[in-house]
Amino acid sequence: MLPASGPRPAVAGTVVALGAVSFCTDVSSEMVAAVLPLYLVVGLGLSPVQVGLLDGAQNGATALLRLAGGHLADRWRRRKLVAGIGYAMSAAAKAALVAADTAATSIGAALLLDRLGKGLRTAPRDALISLSSHPGTQGRAFGVHRAMDTAGALLGPLAALAVLAAAPGHYPAVFVASTAFAVLGLVVLAVFVTEHPAPARRAAAPVRAGIALLRRPGVPTLCVRVSLLGAVTIGDSFVYLILQRRLDFPLAWFPLLPLGVAAGYLMLAAPIGRLADRVGRWRTFLGGHTALLATYLTLAVPSAAGPLVVGVIALMGFYYAATDGVLMAAAAPLFPAELRTTGLALVQTVHALTRAVGAVAFGAAWTAWGLSAALTVAAGGAVVALLAGVIGHGRDRFPRQVTGGVR
Amino acid sequence: MSPRWRLAVTTAAALALALGVAGYLLLVPPHSTTPALGPTIAPVLAQPGRLWFRMSAGTTHGTIASAPSGAGQAMPAPVPLHCDRFHTAGGTGVCVRSVPGPVPTSEALVTDARLVVRQRVALPGVASRARVSASGHLVAWTTFVTGDSYAQGGFSTRTGLLDLRGGNLVTSIEDIPLYRDGKRLRSPDLNYWGMTFAADDDRFYATVATNGRTYLVEGRLGRWRADVRRENVECPSLAADGNRVAFKKRVDGAKVWRLAVLDLATGRETELPGTDGVDDQALWLDDQTLAYGMAVAGGRTDIFVVHAGAATPPRLLRSDATSPAVT
Repeated sequence: MLPASGPRPAVAGTVVALGAVSFCTDVSSEMVAAVLPLYLVVGLGLSPVQVGLLDGAQNGATALLRLAGGHLADRWRRRKLVAGIGYAMSAAAKAALVAADTAATSIGAALLLDRLGKGLRTAPRDALISLSSHPGTQGRAFGVHRAMDTAGALLGPLAALAVLAAAPGHYPAVFVASTAFAVLGLVVLAVFVTEHPAPARRAAAPVRAGIALLRRPGVPTLCVRVSLLGAVTIGDSFVYLILQRRLDFPLAWFPLLPLGVAAGYLMLAAPIGRLADRVGRWRTFLGGHTALLATYLTLAVPSAAGPLVVGVIALMGFYYAATDGVLMAAAAPLFPAELRTTGLALVQTVHALTRAVGAVAFGAAWTAWGLSAALTVAAGGAVVALLAGVIGHGRDRFPRQVTGGVR
Repeated sequence: MSPRWRLAVTTAAALALALGVAGYLLLVPPHSTTPALGPTIAPVLAQPGRLWFRMSAGTTHGTIASAPSGAGQAMPAPVPLHCDRFHTAGGTGVCVRSVPGPVPTSEALVTDARLVVRQRVALPGVASRARVSASGHLVAWTTFVTGDSYAQGGFSTRTGLLDLRGGNLVTSIEDIPLYRDGKRLRSPDLNYWGMTFAADDDRFYATVATNGRTYLVEGRLGRWRADVRRENVECPSLAADGNRVAFKKRVDGAKVWRLAVLDLATGRETELPGTDGVDDQALWLDDQTLAYGMAVAGGRTDIFVVHAGAATPPRLLRSDATSPAVT
């Protein structure tokens, strides 16, 4: 999609288009997320446990669908189609919320559909970003996409607020507006996003080729290193909970913490993506986890309230900006174009599952040994995982490009 | 498609969608019915013999009102107070309501008998429960907090407490030392909700959730200690005699909630038939009767009453109302 002559645009049109799709979809999702607790607890009078059940432990199903989506997108060589099905599922879920009335099971089913759609679309979308971008600007492309995505996430609650200001207490109206944004995202996807031209050769036996991916040079190393780093990630909820315990934090400010982190992520995603292209994507990914280690240390050391809050928000924003999209940019060149979706789905799944394990393990360590000891263990683990990420990196530098790759 | 066409198609779609949303807002009203209102009464929470509630339909949605108790669907007399959750006892009122903003925050307003706000407490999250002790001295509230995590799901609750006798404010009771079988229980994921107080203004009950299970805790404010008493108990409500706790429990393989009454002395539990699907902290209207709010079809919430001992089915007390309280 790059022009044959003239200055090359900083980021491919398809990447900006996918950013716009993610922007609309995130406005849509976060509109619902912002009012759902209010709707469920005040509107319908559900108790926290019931809302927790709706929120659900559906991660297992999402992981499976993510792998299946990656596989199908490669097999059919239709990444746009599979991503589109995922976006359509989420749009249908928002519409289903309008119709769900007060039945908790219908609401739960709609939320599950939304989450499954997200699982399905992520890998093909990231594969399209990667395939549409020059091998040398992968970090920048993912950075721009993630910044647009996060901008939508930040605007969503404001959009919900605007609807509720126009129609007080009218939650279904928020769901209707959310559906409209989701459909707009689908339209942008259909009209502006172009499928990457099918690679000349097709993987002979996709399932076996998918498993064979695990033996490609660099892939086992990457998976092990990502797993180690994922497993020492304690999870945002715990970071915020510790902040609250450490400080006599005004409780009403508590919900602003994630917004602060998202704002930092938004501002840093694109510049750090560009930096990653220059200094090395894996090195940047390690830098993100160094920021996470610094977060643990900041939380463990007594300090004044103001600097502590600002420091943790800045470090967490940096951590997200240097890991989420950067990991995709680092991993993409390891996989040939015809198996890139499968490969990215694999790396995403490894990262997501090990992060979940890390959060559970930290909760267990906190219960068993107390907070200080748990933080010390997490910080120690982070040091070990970072060392494992650094050692040998100079020698087996990940290849910049592999066969059948971009253009 | 040429770039111009793409832009045209997208713009047309955006316009059509915006028109659709605007049309929905104009054509579909937020609530189906607006109740007929009685005259506005002098806001006196101390006036005996009245049922207080939050109206949940029509343009009066969220307004607190009262009606003579026992007078069926008598026209509600509204007071100028808007809440998501309300309770009153002993001449004290508590009103928990959301504060508009990009993130969910709330405030608890503690009022005297004339509804003059004596204290305002800023809270995170969304109003979930509110309760005043019989004497009017203790006020407790629970908010429901999501968004602890930007990237993950999960939820937590914050239960706070205000003692009007000395003005002591506890923003979250989660730091209270908690014991199970005499052993100190420490966990990062302790969530408390739904406090209820005994007549001595010291003993209290509440729900605590940890590791996906819910427990009844009995606590003492003076000694600042709580003990786990029983599993599968949510939203306890202590009867005026101090001997029975009404609560909701999960039944049928944890699929639905049902009201039950626990005799604290004997440990005997009586499930109340016909209350399946309840999700409220029940209220003792008198020694024998419980009131609770429940979502019914069509997005409405009604208040029902049920006998606390006999196996008689619940009956409707007030439609389009939540947060019952009696004076």
